Amino acid sequence: MTPSSSIAAPGAVPGHEAHDDHGHHPSYLTDGTTVKSWLLTVDHKRIGIMYMAWILLFFLVGGIFALLIRIELLTPGPTIMDAMTYNRVFTLHGVVMIFLFMIPAIPGIFGNFMLPLMLGAKDVAFPRLNLLSLYVYLAGAAFAIWGMLNGGLDTGWTFYTPYSAHTTTTVAPVLFGAFIIGFSSILTGMNFIVTTHTMRAPGITWFKMPLMVWALYATSCIQVLATPVIGLLLLLVTAENLFSLGMFDVARGGDPVLFQHLFWFYSHPAVYIMVLPAFGVMSEIVSAFSRKNIFGYRAVAYSSVGIAFVGFFAWGHHMFVSGQSTFNAGVFGVLSMLVGVFTAIKVFNWVGTVYKGAVEFTTPFAYFCGFLFFTVFGGMTGIAVATVSLDVPWHDTYFVVAHFHFIMVGATIMAFLAALHYWFPKMFGKMYHEGWGLVSAALIILGFNATFIPQFLLGNAGMPRRYYEYPERFQALNVASTAGASLLAFGFVIIAIYLTYALIYGKRVDNPWNSKGYEWLTMSPPPTHNFIGPQPTYPEEPHFYVDPKKAEGEVSDV
Amino acid sequence: MSSAHVTPGSVPGPKLAAHFASLDVQKHAARLGMWLFLATEILLFAGLFACYAAYRFLFPEAWAASSRSLDLTMGTINTVVLITSSFTAAMAVHYAKEGKNAMVGHMNVLTLLMAVAFLVIKFFEYKHKFHIGTLPGRYYFYEGIQMPGAPLYFTVYFASTALHALHVIIGMTVLGFATVRAYRVGDFSANNYTQVELGSMYWHLVDLVWIFLFPMLYLV
Ligand code: HEM
Ligand SMILES: [Cu+2]
Repeated sequence: MTPSSSIAAPGAVPGHEAHDDHGHHPSYLTDGTTVKSWLLTVDHKRIGIMYMAWILLFFLVGGIFALLIRIELLTPGPTIMDAMTYNRVFTLHGVVMIFLFMIPAIPGIFGNFMLPLMLGAKDVAFPRLNLLSLYVYLAGAAFAIWGMLNGGLDTGWTFYTPYSAHTTTTVAPVLFGAFIIGFSSILTGMNFIVTTHTMRAPGITWFKMPLMVWALYATSCIQVLATPVIGLLLLLVTAENLFSLGMFDVARGGDPVLFQHLFWFYSHPAVYIMVLPAFGVMSEIVSAFSRKNIFGYRAVAYSSVGIAFVGFFAWGHHMFVSGQSTFNAGVFGVLSMLVGVFTAIKVFNWVGTVYKGAVEFTTPFAYFCGFLFFTVFGGMTGIAVATVSLDVPWHDTYFVVAHFHFIMVGATIMAFLAALHYWFPKMFGKMYHEGWGLVSAALIILGFNATFIPQFLLGNAGMPRRYYEYPERFQALNVASTAGASLLAFGFVIIAIYLTYALIYGKRVDNPWNSKGYEWLTMSPPPTHNFIGPQPTYPEEPHFYVDPKKAEGEVSDV
Repeated sequence: MSSAHVTPGSVPGPKLAAHFASLDVQKHAARLGMWLFLATEILLFAGLFACYAAYRFLFPEAWAASSRSLDLTMGTINTVVLITSSFTAAMAVHYAKEGKNAMVGHMNVLTLLMAVAFLVIKFFEYKHKFHIGTLPGRYYFYEGIQMPGAPLYFTVYFASTALHALHVIIGMTVLGFATVRAYRVGDFSANNYTQVELGSMYWHLVDLVWIFLFPMLYLV
């Protein structure tokens, strides 16, 4: 037996030695290389990697649809498709991006991979359920994609009734797919909650959990509480579409506004399912690259829970123009603004962390900067649209499109890419090229702004959303937006290239950031059961760095 | 899941999964997971309750009339059957803790029989409705109640009772597994009864949901 080394040698012979782990420690990547050992794995890390493969694929699909939309809008009249195709394309873009990419992206990939590591656990509480939730997700995706290939639907991702009950396009399989994906979301959420409650290593108290864990915990609570309601709703609409039951159809006495209530009861909290994990990622990154303990740890932790809580009482702001009473609209407006307050708490704490920190301007940090901008700007426009009198003219215009892309897509994508770069060495034990990382980050942040700032202006000028033709006078801004989208796409292509290259030829590393996050307490990539030898101890808080001012000069030991 | 036969004299016990620190933690995790799952189930039905409330408010007369057209006797019998079955399900847990595996099996069989009875009664109720035409939405052709909103009542009626029946069937499957295990393997004991307990928790949920549905649909 070879003497133990804590890091598997590059190119170590994997496979049959897997069970003989007394002397030689394969990483989770090399512990079994058959296809079956991946497809039937219960290792949370492998499950995370499998999520990654699929989610990136769906992201590509959603991205292609996005580019098609932007190309169509290059000219005022029809450009490359007819009106019906356009309706299908924007619907599929929305469905794929929301249900297949943004909701599962960070929890599915980085949550699965990091949560047990950050808690000092060997796995999540229910490993087999974890694998099941991956396959449930894929089954839902298969249904949805099957529906898209067989005609596609033209309802928009919100499936508003009564239209979705009547349209002759293929609504039912997509709705059913979304229903199944909801199950996956519930299972993952349950698993994370139970893991956080029961699997924390000795020494990790609630207030010593990394902030990423807090964010995932809050996200999971929303998933568990909100998803069942939309699950039922999707079932009802499917039945309605197939059998004309009249549940949400005015012609049969049903009430379409009830549909909107139930839909937004889920879908508004769902936007926090998408951004809370992003906030968690950013808390980790800002402290790692400022080399400072996070400023106001408890405030950041509680504000995640606060957002999760008030997120449930804000749904009515999507219905300001649905005939809601002025009083209701006012109440929903104010409740919506509370979300802004909690978000602001986080923003101030992040900025406070950077302040006088020893900032290292790496690729993840570049994304942090982009993120901060999108969150603040997107959040401010959120307050603006939560103001009833302002929302009435802006409603269903490109202003709203720009708002939610800024906050939801902008912030989530920034966090997603930041997480990808920050944890890439953790997951694969390899390093990518920092120069290219920074170049693509610049391209993406620029491209994103160039895409959506014109849309704020378009919306303010009155261009409605979901139209494929528009008056001449909107063209210049639309061309600008499409140009921005191309820049954005180009940035992604570069990332795909250098990360693939790094995966194969990257330099072997263990903890290139000298990060103090708990997940770095084990080797990179981690071994199958996460830790070798005795359990690590947790004498310090998760974001503990020696104060750069006190540690004058000595940079390496932090 | 261990399936080894227990030799007499040895203390039967559950298997500790590799990633848990102790049996206690494992049991705690299983129970917490089940509670969360039950919460999501209740929320699933809560969506239907919300629809019910909204439409009852919109069409008070039609809904009251439609509600009266249901067969109260059958509904009541079903309620009694289900509550009794919840009791036998609880007894199964009691016996599991005492290690009386045969009794666990018997209790579960009783529960399953009552579940079947419930479904049979439900079947006859459905059959009657198909016959007289109190069907959901566009399929409604009952002459007796011709008010706007009545077809909607039956949409909600069928949606909620069908969803509930589906839960009955799932619950039967869950209990079925525990029954087979009690008879065949017989390793339930004071420190190994989680499976029976979780199955019975699920069954209580099925019962609980019905206890809401019954007054909602049949009584008020
Ligand atoms: C934190 C992250 C946020 C995300 C991910 C997000 C996402 C979204 C999305 C997806 C929509 C459009 C839905 C549609 O297709 O109709 C939307 C609309 C809206 N958002 Fe946000 N939002 C966020 C924050 C906020 C905040 C903080 C506020 C208020 C202070 C807010 C207020 C609104 C309002 C009022 C609308 C409706 C506008 C309309 O339809 O006319 N949002 N948001
Ligand atoms: Cu909202």
